[in-house]
Amino acid sequence: MPEPGRPPPPRDSVEWEGRSLLKALVRQAALRGERVHVLGCEVSEEEFREGFDPGTNSRLVYHDLFRDPLNWSNTGEALPGGPLGVLRAMCRRTGPGPVTIALDSLSWLLLHLPCTTLCQTLHALSRQDSCPDNSSPVEHVRVLGLLHEELHGPGPVEALSTLAQIEVTLSGTGDQASAHILYRRPQHRPTHKIQWFTILPDFSLDLQGGSPPKSQPHPDPHTHPVDPTTHLTFNLHLSKKEKEAKDSLTLPFQFSSEKQQALLCRGLGQATSHIFYEPDAYDDLDQEDPDDDLDI
Amino acid sequence: MRWQVVWPKENGRRSPGSSHISTRSSSVNQLVAEGKLTLLCDAETDGSFLVHHFLSFYLKANCKVCFVALVQSFSHYNIVGQKLGVSLTTARERGQLVFLEGLRSAVDVFFRAEGEAHPLQFLREAKAASLQPLYEFVREALEPVDQREAAWKRPVLLVDDLSVLLSLGVGAVAVLDFVHYCRACVCCRLQGNIVALVHDSGDAEDEESDILLNGLSHQSHLVLRAEGLATGFCRDVHGQVRSEQHPAG
Repeated sequence: MPEPGRPPPPRDSVEWEGRSLLKALVRQAALRGERVHVLGCEVSEEEFREGFDPGTNSRLVYHDLFRDPLNWSNTGEALPGGPLGVLRAMCRRTGPGPVTIALDSLSWLLLHLPCTTLCQTLHALSRQDSCPDNSSPVEHVRVLGLLHEELHGPGPVEALSTLAQIEVTLSGTGDQASAHILYRRPQHRPTHKIQWFTILPDFSLDLQGGSPPKSQPHPDPHTHPVDPTTHLTFNLHLSKKEKEAKDSLTLPFQFSSEKQQALLCRGLGQATSHIFYEPDAYDDLDQEDPDDDLDI
Repeated sequence: MRWQVVWPKENGRRSPGSSHISTRSSSVNQLVAEGKLTLLCDAETDGSFLVHHFLSFYLKANCKVCFVALVQSFSHYNIVGQKLGVSLTTARERGQLVFLEGLRSAVDVFFRAEGEAHPLQFLREAKAASLQPLYEFVREALEPVDQREAAWKRPVLLVDDLSVLLSLGVGAVAVLDFVHYCRACVCCRLQGNIVALVHDSGDAEDEESDILLNGLSHQSHLVLRAEGLATGFCRDVHGQVRSEQHPAG
């Protein structure tokens, strides 16, 4: 759950889109009874509201920056002050009770506004919960911002990250989406958590814990596994007796103590080897033992 | 979803795979719904065959088409279109096709008096900051003017291609703004479709191209990516087209 007052930017990519998660968080805020203001820059109001129940839609105020953000139509329909003017207007108090502000998207704002201006405005937006005096109740403000990470360099992304108390980076494997959540609390060490989740068609969140859910294998009922050893002309398997005989076989060049004894102690009846040599006419037979000079 | 597209060779040169893509075109066309932006992306290959396919598809479907053609001449698209069974000349004469021939219009810009609006006005500017004139051209071409426009089905914007705008000095953000406004007008207000081609250079140092490609991918409902085979060159199968559907909203 995002802490009041600080914007948690869900970071997404082309492969793992984040608008569905943003809409799920918006729905949660609306179900809690909060007023939700959406600054819509990338999709039309109809497209953003699609899939929400009537209760959520009734608590949602959509500030349309999609239709004419740069005032090209000159019809006066564009929101006054452009994107920066709309953001600054949100900084003014919007009434009692908790408020959630969703920025769809921070990337669009970052591409069209200087990074420093945007960071200052976001900081002012998140500071609405502080009062100049102690007489009026503190108004809780939650800010959600969607950031497409691959559109920006590391500098602007890190600058926005420093403003956030909770950072959610989306990824996943196969069809399973995961959120890498980084919590930053003042005077505490940052903590990490990985949460696997699914977003249902009504934009409710189904949390599945910290480990990837095991996907069940779906065997194709129309194909049967083929055994490649069914039609062989040779035998690939050994029976139990054949295995025992194989294991007990002594290799010819393996020198064991039994073999050593057999060589050293030749008993009676053991066949001795004979060498039959027939010298040729040209052989030089030397009766001297050529190994005499060896000191064996 | 992934399928192979066979590109037949003629006289040793590649030509648009018209005869073979027709067997698969129904599956491609089923992916393209109403009021959506379809992004065509090619990587290390030529994806223009998809542009020819969608041009002939929408003309045959009796849609009002605005074609921003920045890469080839009108006669080139017309010759290919005739192979695919459509005549761009006839479509233009009866008002079904509005054709912006970038190669010819680019020269006209410099012979116009200053102050006269032109879709490619940015070519005269030292710093091409905005494509608003080009957007105004598209809006005027596709907005229904009178009852005769009711004869055509939904409007379609076709762009070949957006990467050329980067080469002409337009910033990636300006191109994204142009597509944004076209989406708001053509897709949302007029319930039409947009099909645009962009190149994936694969160059990690080309930041503008990366921002454009990634930004367009986030805006698109469907991305058709044409790329060569991972195993290399093949005589019979020259590439593959991969589709990625992005959830709406």
